[in-house]
Amino acid sequence: MNELRSILGDVVTRLFTDLVTKDVVEDAEKGQWPEALWQAVEENGLTLPVVPESKGGAGGTWGGAYIVMRAAGRHAVPLPLVETIVGAWLLSESGLDVPTGPLTVAPVHRDEALRLGRAGGGWRLSGTAARVPWGGTAGHVVVLTEGEGRAMIALAARGAGAVTRDQNLAREPRDTLTFDGAPVVAAAPAGRRVPANAIWLYGALARSAQMAGGLDYLLRQASQYATERRQFGKPIGSFQAIQQNLAVLAGHTAAAGTAAANACRAADRGDAAFEIAVAKVRVGEAVGIGASIAHQTHGAIGFTYEHALQFTTRRLWSWRAEFGGEGEWAVELGRSVCERGADALWPQLTAR
Amino acid sequence: MPTFHFELGELPPEAETLRGEVREFLRRELGDTPPVQRAHSWGGFDREFSRKMGARGWIAMTWPKRYGGHEKSALERYVVLEEMLAAGAPVSAHWIADRQSGPLLLRFGTEAQRQKFLPAIARGELSFAIGMSEPDSGSDLASLRTRAERVEGGYRVNGTKVWTSNAHLADYMIATFRTHHDPAKKHEGLTQFLVDTKLDGITMSPIIDLAGSHHFNMVVFEDVFVPEDRRVGEEGAGWKQVTTELAFERSGPERYLSSLALVLELIRHVAKDPGDHAAAVVGRLVAHLATLRQMSLSVAVMLQAGENPNLEAAVVKDVGTTFEQEIPEIVHALLGVEPTIDSGSDLQQVLGFLMQRAPSFSLRGGTREILRGIIARGLGLR
Repeated sequence: MNELRSILGDVVTRLFTDLVTKDVVEDAEKGQWPEALWQAVEENGLTLPVVPESKGGAGGTWGGAYIVMRAAGRHAVPLPLVETIVGAWLLSESGLDVPTGPLTVAPVHRDEALRLGRAGGGWRLSGTAARVPWGGTAGHVVVLTEGEGRAMIALAARGAGAVTRDQNLAREPRDTLTFDGAPVVAAAPAGRRVPANAIWLYGALARSAQMAGGLDYLLRQASQYATERRQFGKPIGSFQAIQQNLAVLAGHTAAAGTAAANACRAADRGDAAFEIAVAKVRVGEAVGIGASIAHQTHGAIGFTYEHALQFTTRRLWSWRAEFGGEGEWAVELGRSVCERGADALWPQLTAR
Repeated sequence: MPTFHFELGELPPEAETLRGEVREFLRRELGDTPPVQRAHSWGGFDREFSRKMGARGWIAMTWPKRYGGHEKSALERYVVLEEMLAAGAPVSAHWIADRQSGPLLLRFGTEAQRQKFLPAIARGELSFAIGMSEPDSGSDLASLRTRAERVEGGYRVNGTKVWTSNAHLADYMIATFRTHHDPAKKHEGLTQFLVDTKLDGITMSPIIDLAGSHHFNMVVFEDVFVPEDRRVGEEGAGWKQVTTELAFERSGPERYLSSLALVLELIRHVAKDPGDHAAAVVGRLVAHLATLRQMSLSVAVMLQAGENPNLEAAVVKDVGTTFEQEIPEIVHALLGVEPTIDSGSDLQQVLGFLMQRAPSFSLRGGTREILRGIIARGLGLR
């Protein structure tokens, strides 16, 4: 790890450890926006890791963003932080200014499309985007859509569309936004490095990194609990059955972290579609097994709202389905591998 | 608390240049070797091939030149290893010596031992076996009982080793014997020796595996005289040396690539028109494969940097062997073709071979349960 990333890791860990308390997460679940936390995150420059310094960002890389996104998952940060990171990157890549405040992205499903059309001197946005993360709360929505036959990035302010509120399992806002000829703040052709499926792709990248962080938490928490909880006169972690389960969790956690980090590195090199698919598939699988082991280790107490374990496991159960579940990504990945043929697989694996 | 750490590894440009040369060599040497032959992975034994590898400088790559080595980086060596495995090259005649016996001698051997054995290993001329397990000592290795008693000028050895892979083909065996017996301190009193497999008093008998193949042997020592100068390291230092050796044994790409040939045959079989189900199966396997390669590479980079990634190596081996072991099951569940021995399609033969080989993946080099115990210790549970 280079030194800058190491420092960044320390900064985010300290900040989230101090500020993302159980109360903050619980209040967020009740619908309260954690303004103080957001301010601290923004002031520390954590929202724009991949945005160039000329646009007010940290001038960094997806490798750096990975540190922030993974930590956000590890601490169950109840903010659209990764959505802001992805949205800000889309804007800056397309030559648009990045506003302050929380961002989100839309549409987040592959089969949805919003429409952007010219009206007078500006652009107007129409259509419906379902289950947009923090869709009704974020200050702006970054939209990737088609306008006049090419991919466009548009920025719509909160209130531009009608909001139907909903939530995911972790009670994070997942709001449906309906635009009906809504004016946009700005619009530009999507940047050269922004593929037509960029939200789908980079959303999957961000969720993979968050989930890798969530698994970090599960492993740490379950290992800790197993050394503290005593039954039959000794810590349950001294039983081989528990040890073997936690070793399996460790393996999946290691695999998830590696897959997600590798996808972020690939994103810095260019076309990361292969690595992102690999990450979403591998991490998604790890999450199902990991959550199961973490709960089994905790016994009944981990099944309560009182215990913090569920803040992470409920997030993981939702995140693995967002921006495409591992089944969907596996089909896509498998088809692309089959198209290239068996003999191309090893050269492809070693070329990255 | 969790103490393992996987940092993404990066291969230097010279390693990638080397990769091209290795592929060219393998294309020439292996030609149209059938898939089921390639599926033997590092099980294929071919002295001629090993000598060619030695001539190319691809054995003993990281060792000092004065011992016949080539002073290359561990990452260049890693590239050669993974290309050999991916192609299913018959590397068995030099694999053990290159991976662990040679490094053991480099570290703990005498100068005379190094000069005598290392250059020949580097040329691909000397094949080694490992004598660790005994009839009553498997996972509980420290309980081993084969005695080496001090006699004039050396040691007299009595006892039995089992599961000794390729002992019938190897020139030498690095064997661990008990030189001192104290039931309360079983980890002490173990000593390693360099044993010529042709010595008087050694009797080998084959142990045929479930598929009918002869890799394993039972090796009986009856009053075998081993000269003093064939002791490796100090008397009683054997346990420490063995655990060092096992770290070399656990960290390589051979711990996730054993079933690659079957993944490739599966892709060949379904590639033309994969339905969603087959595509999802292929996609999942490739996701695991790609991730394991990065994990394995990460360990290689740590080794090159002089770190001691024993815990990470155990994690990679556990995750890797679980993956390579489940592939025959997955292919069976998806296609349901009959596994065969030497009839039928390439896919059927590779499936038949690996289905019978797969149970060993999570046994050799430390069982799954032992590895998970090591990981649990790393997690602070024991």
